[in-house]
Amino acid sequence: MLNKLTLAQTIEGLKNKKFSHRELYADVQKNIEEKNKSLNIYLTLNNQALDQAEKLLNTPLAGAPIAIKDNYCTRDFRTTASAKVLDKFKPQFDATVIKKLKNAGGVMIGKTNMDAWAHGSSTETSDYGRTLNPRNTEHLPGGSSGGSAAAVAADLAITALGTETAGSIRQPAAWCGVVGLKPTYGRVSRYGVAAMASSTDSPGPITKTVEDAAILLNQIAGHDPLDGTSTAQTTPDFTQTLNTPVKGLKIGVIYHDITGAEFANEKLMEQLKVLENLGATVEKTTAMDPHYAIGVYTVVQRGEVSSNLARYDGVRYGNDRSYFSDEAKRRQMLGTYTLSKGYAEKYYELAQKVRTLFIEDLKKLFNTYDVLIAPTSPGFAKKIGVTEGQAMFGELEDMLVEASSVAGLPGLNVPYYRDEKTNLFLGMDIIAPMWREDLVIQVGDAFEKNTAWNSWRTQS
Amino acid sequence: MKWQETYEAVIGLEVHAELKTTSKMFCGCNNDPFGADKPNIYTCPVCLGMPGGIPVANKRAIEWTIKLGYATGCSINEFSKFDRKHYFYPDLAKGYQISQYDLPFCYNGIIETPMGKVRLRRIHLEEDTGKLMHTSIEGKKVSLIDFNRGGVPLVEVVTEPDIKSGTQAKEYGKKLRHILRFLDIADCDMEQGGMRLEANISLRKKGETELPNYKVEIKNINSFRFMEAAIDYELTRQAEILETGKTPVQETRGWNSQKNETFSQRIKEEAEDYRYFPDPDLPPFHFSKEYLAEIKKTLPELTNEVTTRWTKEFSIQPNKAEELAMVDDAKLISWLEKILNLLKENKLNITSFINDYINKKIEVKDFEEPSSVIEKFRAAHKTEEVGDELLATTIKQVLAENQDAVQKYQTGQKQVFGFLMGQMLRSLGKKVDPQLIRQTLQAALES
Repeated sequence: MLNKLTLAQTIEGLKNKKFSHRELYADVQKNIEEKNKSLNIYLTLNNQALDQAEKLLNTPLAGAPIAIKDNYCTRDFRTTASAKVLDKFKPQFDATVIKKLKNAGGVMIGKTNMDAWAHGSSTETSDYGRTLNPRNTEHLPGGSSGGSAAAVAADLAITALGTETAGSIRQPAAWCGVVGLKPTYGRVSRYGVAAMASSTDSPGPITKTVEDAAILLNQIAGHDPLDGTSTAQTTPDFTQTLNTPVKGLKIGVIYHDITGAEFANEKLMEQLKVLENLGATVEKTTAMDPHYAIGVYTVVQRGEVSSNLARYDGVRYGNDRSYFSDEAKRRQMLGTYTLSKGYAEKYYELAQKVRTLFIEDLKKLFNTYDVLIAPTSPGFAKKIGVTEGQAMFGELEDMLVEASSVAGLPGLNVPYYRDEKTNLFLGMDIIAPMWREDLVIQVGDAFEKNTAWNSWRTQS
Repeated sequence: MKWQETYEAVIGLEVHAELKTTSKMFCGCNNDPFGADKPNIYTCPVCLGMPGGIPVANKRAIEWTIKLGYATGCSINEFSKFDRKHYFYPDLAKGYQISQYDLPFCYNGIIETPMGKVRLRRIHLEEDTGKLMHTSIEGKKVSLIDFNRGGVPLVEVVTEPDIKSGTQAKEYGKKLRHILRFLDIADCDMEQGGMRLEANISLRKKGETELPNYKVEIKNINSFRFMEAAIDYELTRQAEILETGKTPVQETRGWNSQKNETFSQRIKEEAEDYRYFPDPDLPPFHFSKEYLAEIKKTLPELTNEVTTRWTKEFSIQPNKAEELAMVDDAKLISWLEKILNLLKENKLNITSFINDYINKKIEVKDFEEPSSVIEKFRAAHKTEEVGDELLATTIKQVLAENQDAVQKYQTGQKQVFGFLMGQMLRSLGKKVDPQLIRQTLQAALES
């Protein structure tokens, strides 16, 4: 059952020869064979994973198997972004994050299912069928990084990479009961990640523990000369704030009065007592109404989507535009409309102005609080079928993480409650000012280690 | 009918020129589309528009564009950005071109032509597209795309509708090309497409000041001569239509250089919607005053400044000074100036030298030793000594043979002097100092 190890445990075990790569990969492969077909997590598997891993013992990640969302370009390896338009696409290059991961000794075990082009919050818009939530297969895994979150939850990988534009790491992590870290916009290079909304796209880890998220972020973060929006700042060691007391930290709880999130908020307030007991102060505060964020995000993102998908014009990738599914077409049409002459001022430019208001609002709150916390999603993972005919479903589910996304802030999902009957989780979203991943890791790690919600941490 | 009698031409030009930076505008690929020996060898995920390809702006191309702005008297936008311009075409890898919309790097400039000032509306920077080739392979008609040119930095210089004739358009184009070459930022090879011209042409009644309610665009002209001819043709064609009381159709026309006429390509009823928005991949620019000053400092002394200075320093006509200063290689200016100084020191005729140099009457290599140039100029004008005796006998002989003319001269018809001078030079049959002959002949006639 080596596939149930965390990344930290895997690295430690491999380095200390507690088990071999062969044993580790055998367990992972066996689990994949058992579950992948029914859960529909991997679109393409890497048959050479073990061979690659065995040479990597003396690297930071020691050859650990990692699930990669299928919108990362992987050299000579099929990359579809779950869209039939790219059905046979094999990039000639690795995304910067993949290059860094390989250099650090990470091994791609396979490419995971997602909402096609990352358009969605359920992994149902994939052109290759929906992924099921391993915690309860009658439920959705969330999205768009649903395959990566499910891979981690079902132990089909030791750890995973997702990408987030607004919720696509944190929301599936919440629904699958795992950890998801959306770094600050610009912390991790976007080069080689099929663009969804360029101004908010943030690649990041989906992991079993907060510690794993810090370990993985250490390897993928940093300036990339190939991405002009990536930060020039030096990358700190994100594991440094693990096991660090939270005493004296000021925590503001936002979105505590949102209709539809009553239960999630009630349980959250109960759980945050753990942090209070550790010496942090926790108090409710008020942020700008997140409903406005839906408008901002929808307009900005649809506009950028319509532009970013224009390159798939049928000339180069084999499959032409008739292969676009309904969701992609809907977003392209809406985006084209909002950028049209006479409408751009009314929609796109207005949305950018409101975006600035969100940035200012959050900045102001950070004058008082070190971190802000809210439920990542208003509730538990939704049941399969509820999204039918709900084009704006995802935006409602992601409402609580959209403000921090459009503001480019780091956010960390940490599970804080499990429903005994359904086996489904709730996750909290811990957000901090730009470039302060260290704070969300500190708070998330403290919560995780002082509660029993994380089964991976408690199992060994 | 001559259109000039009733109408006034309203012409604006849009000129594209490829900058000769080492690498492309938004990636590290070689910028050498004309030197590439195979298609698609200078490409990468960015200029091919692959998923996840992200542009990073070429700093030098931006600095060169700003430099061009300073050379043409433009104001510079201290806050600027790149925007995406959307349209579908197979040679456009991303479905949009990275260009500049409302905040071009440069605006409000001027380029002088012999027929008057032409105001520049803007100069912006964008990326070139790939190149389509329609050909057949094994009997099958195919269209191929070469992306060696895709992503090459391209400046676009847009004028106000100040141009009044085909000739002025040509002069403007030549001047702009001269500036681009003089700044050493573009080769402007028109045949290869390194510089491309578009003209917007319409006519209005003389005395009117409003813009006409139509315009005809002529695209893809690859020589100044064709542009002049196309504009002249178009003005006559439009005048004929206007004379019948109709308005010419708003459209894009091409130039058929075999038939010497324009032809309709595409009817354009309203402005296209390119759905411009700021490119989220490229952070906007805030240029500091210091940074802009640094760029300005790299400007060479410009042709009009050299002209003014030379006019004064060497006491020559401004048009002569400009003729000499209009070199495409800025490094030639200091070399020419050394020659001018030597001419001045030696009290030689500078205007005469300029004429010889421009008309290639003396063979001079660029950057040749200035003293050697002076020698060549002297040699070209070297005169043989004429002995007093020979001069006296020749005068005597010419006067004797042309008594009619002598008489005319002496009765006041001074214009025959030229004829007598000619006779003198022919009789002497040598390259002699005409000044000396003139003086001696005049003295003989007056005595």
